[in-house]
Amino acid sequence: MSRRTLNEQEARECKTEQRNYLWGFGLALVLTLIPFGLVAFIDIERMTLWITIGGCALAQVIVHLRFFMHITLAKNKREDLLLILFTVLILVIMCGGTLWILFDLYQRMLPGMMP
Amino acid sequence: MSDATSLIFGRLGWDALPFWSMLHDHSPMTVINGVIATGAAGMVVLGALAAIVLVTWLGKWKYLWSEWLTSPDHKKIGIMFIVIALVMLSRAIIEAVLMRVQQTFGLDGGFLTAEHFGELFTTHGTIMIFFMAMPFLTGIINYVMPLQIGARDLSFPVMNQVSLGLTAAGAALVMISLVLAPFSTGGWTGYPPFTELAYNPGAGVDYWLWAVTLSTLSSTLTGINFAVTIFKKRAPGMKLFRMPLFTWTALCTAILMIFGMPPLTVATGLLALDRYLDFHMFTTDLGGNMMNYVNLLWAFGHPEVYILILPPFGIFSEIFATFSGKRIYGYRILVIATMCIAVLSFTVWLHHFFTMGQSAHINAAFGIATMLIGIPTGVKVYDWMLTMYRGRIRLSVPMVYAIGFIMLFVLGGMTGIILATPSVDYQVHNSLFLIAHFHNMLIPGLLFGMLSATNFWFPKATGFRLEERWGYRAAFCWIIGFMLTFFPLYVLGLMGMPRRSVAYFEPQYLPWMITAGIGAMVILCALLCLLMQLWVSIRDRHANNVFAGDPWDGRTLEWAVSAPPPEYNFPVLPEIYSIDAFMTEKDRGQGWQAPDHYVDIEMPANSTMGVIIGITGLAMAFGLVWYMWWLVIGAGLVTLVAVIARGFVRSTTRTIPAHEVQRSHEHWLEQVRRTNPIDRSLEQTTANHGRPVPPIEGAVQ
Amino acid sequence: MSSTDTHALEGNSRHPGLNLGAAHAQEEDTREEMVFGFWVFMMSDLILFGLLFATYVTMLGGTAGGPGPQALFELKSAFIQTMILLVSSFTFGMASLALKYREDRVRLVVWLLVTLALGLAFLFFELKDFHSMFDKGGVPSRSGYLSAFFSLVPLHGLHVTAACIWLVALLGQMAVHGLDAPVKTGILRLAILWHFLDIVWIGIFSLVYLGGLS
Repeated sequence: MSRRTLNEQEARECKTEQRNYLWGFGLALVLTLIPFGLVAFIDIERMTLWITIGGCALAQVIVHLRFFMHITLAKNKREDLLLILFTVLILVIMCGGTLWILFDLYQRMLPGMMP
Repeated sequence: MSDATSLIFGRLGWDALPFWSMLHDHSPMTVINGVIATGAAGMVVLGALAAIVLVTWLGKWKYLWSEWLTSPDHKKIGIMFIVIALVMLSRAIIEAVLMRVQQTFGLDGGFLTAEHFGELFTTHGTIMIFFMAMPFLTGIINYVMPLQIGARDLSFPVMNQVSLGLTAAGAALVMISLVLAPFSTGGWTGYPPFTELAYNPGAGVDYWLWAVTLSTLSSTLTGINFAVTIFKKRAPGMKLFRMPLFTWTALCTAILMIFGMPPLTVATGLLALDRYLDFHMFTTDLGGNMMNYVNLLWAFGHPEVYILILPPFGIFSEIFATFSGKRIYGYRILVIATMCIAVLSFTVWLHHFFTMGQSAHINAAFGIATMLIGIPTGVKVYDWMLTMYRGRIRLSVPMVYAIGFIMLFVLGGMTGIILATPSVDYQVHNSLFLIAHFHNMLIPGLLFGMLSATNFWFPKATGFRLEERWGYRAAFCWIIGFMLTFFPLYVLGLMGMPRRSVAYFEPQYLPWMITAGIGAMVILCALLCLLMQLWVSIRDRHANNVFAGDPWDGRTLEWAVSAPPPEYNFPVLPEIYSIDAFMTEKDRGQGWQAPDHYVDIEMPANSTMGVIIGITGLAMAFGLVWYMWWLVIGAGLVTLVAVIARGFVRSTTRTIPAHEVQRSHEHWLEQVRRTNPIDRSLEQTTANHGRPVPPIEGAVQ
Repeated sequence: MSSTDTHALEGNSRHPGLNLGAAHAQEEDTREEMVFGFWVFMMSDLILFGLLFATYVTMLGGTAGGPGPQALFELKSAFIQTMILLVSSFTFGMASLALKYREDRVRLVVWLLVTLALGLAFLFFELKDFHSMFDKGGVPSRSGYLSAFFSLVPLHGLHVTAACIWLVALLGQMAVHGLDAPVKTGILRLAILWHFLDIVWIGIFSLVYLGGLS
């Protein structure tokens, strides 16, 4: 079997998409190496470290969504961006609520469970 | 026990039989409880045998297999869901009556052991939530929603079969627990540490755990199926804001299922890990934390409450509009209120455990969030009342349920606002006041909604109306029985009687308990009236035939097809121009039309996936309960192979040729033409064959 | 990247993940429903993982005198797993593009096999990790903290296992039926699962491993 002959536009699209995946991979790689490098080699204040790790993770999630899952802010008829935002809302409510409730309970009744 | 038997039967032994302890211990208490348990087990066994004998005697196995069990048709799956719900409803009502009788005689004792009473309230709650309410509303949505949006089926018909199979497996597991006892005594919420292995080593909690897990999986799949169907399969022109309100509530319920079920999966999953693999998530030792279970359970539990109540809201919206002969008042506001309730329902779960010990400001935050839900709900109540205002109200059976609902539900809502105040909750939590409150929401809300929907859509599904006289009797028995049973519980709760008590020692409780006991008898009458209604309706089915399909002068698309509808629902997918699509057609004189030309229709082909997954699911759960590991592994492998093999199947559809569609559609149109149109005042008589007179001027709005 | 191309690509997209475009138009409606439905399932799954993450954080203090993260985790092994999964995400992306733009199946199959090998390698290293944790006394029955760890991380591993089985099944389908519409839809959905699992892993390596070791 032979390669499908792509017309000019398809060929251009193919190039663009390949470049997109490479970009995504590169960015994700950088955003992975930074936190691992910090933990492995550099001794900085804990809070700064945690914020950096969290920030890199968040950025990498967005990179994955954008370049691998093709979720964009572009206007179209799809419901998936809306769905992600709703899911994030529910996640924030449920996880945030869980942490709020349980750590308050620990503080009042189980100080031993505070990390 | 020898090694070989324990390899095969795990920990299942003779003592699992309900009469076993009675044979060894002849004390009156053991004998009474043994007889009751054996009677219940006997009913399960005899019921199953009777069903098998009946089908064999009628020679209907092949019909049952090819037309029902393997059918991907959303209408048939919906009906099967409702059948499961009705069977389980009967069992759970009998259990409820038994509990009421026990408490009527419960001053200083009664006749049930605490253990037996614990099993009763656990199965009653578990069944009513997971195997009555969920299948009932899933069945109704399954049947009605695709018809309302002008679709031929759900997006994933085979997944729909799997959902049915999983629910059936869960229900079967609860039924089996009557024969091979015991069931859990931990309540439908199953709080650890009581349900941990250290305190509850028997099979009871495991029955509960796996039955609930099967139901949860089923509901998650169902939620996905409904949501995708509503988003992707609407008929041309059916914009979101032209959807009937019932479909709107179905959408919000589906979204709640998708996002509300995972917390329960996590809670029960972790509890299972504790019980089976010696984890320490919720144990009392080694860093376990049972408070997180309570938190997770209710993070599911509160969305669940709205999964249960939103579909009835949609059903009542349809019923108020139809039987008031008016367009629903405030359509847009009702939709927005539904969405508000759906989102708010995720923000209030802590009000189920105000007293667990967290700070007052957290209680206050969740208390306020809870009270906020009262606002959109209140808006809905006003919209329904304004729909009835100046309408031409017909007090049909669904309407009686609806009016009973609106009055009782508001009362229940008021007590909910009371309970949402943390300081009050500290006084009445865990008392019968709470029991009265949530039954006050769930019986007039959910159950009346389901029964009202059954009376409303039954003629659509079967082609004949339900008989009205027994219908009224059932409805009034329900309303009166509910009030007699549960209003005394408010008083008892305020007097301080805790929930789930097998006995009490306060003579002042007695009169209220007797009243509640009488109420339970009235509810039992209601159940009998429902059975009577079904029997009489089937007997008179020819007189009450409504093949033309529109017995109530309906407003939405499901009334635009024959009763029962053809497998493909619509010969040609309809074009939608407004809300209340069918009423608009009738108003313009464009109802019951033949399309210009017919085309072949592709429908999903029959599949055995639902049956296979149902059976393997049941086998796995049963094996897990009794530690029969060979059964768990075997059934798991069969599931895996079945799912993979399904991926290789390519002939998943079958085609209904255009001429067949044309023939059956034209046959129906011919019948419609021959049917005598009747006025709405005659709709409860045998003159009603499913075709109303054209609407009078102005009645459409 | 040129903005017009990107725009053209996004304008035509009908479902999350890579869209196959006009050259694969057959059964596009079914594909749209299938992929969207799978996406909804992923969102439900995400809530499940989110709650397990929250539970893990609340159990950090529940070590009950047993070994904690510092004693149990190895940064090197976590890094290797992270890299494998990230590369496998990229190779699955390449497989998706081969599906979209190539008619010859060889390249697609090769990329899928590379992805499968990476998935299996990930599982190998993860199991090795668990094994060494067990050796150090890090068993789930030791403490609430370890129970929380073993309910979160192996669940991700189970998902990867399921994805690998699905990948093999899809290769089997391709061998029997060729590259027909259901196989294409299957690959698109599996791609979403694969990328989704990588996203969950970002949470795991950041919160569990890096958070625990810092």
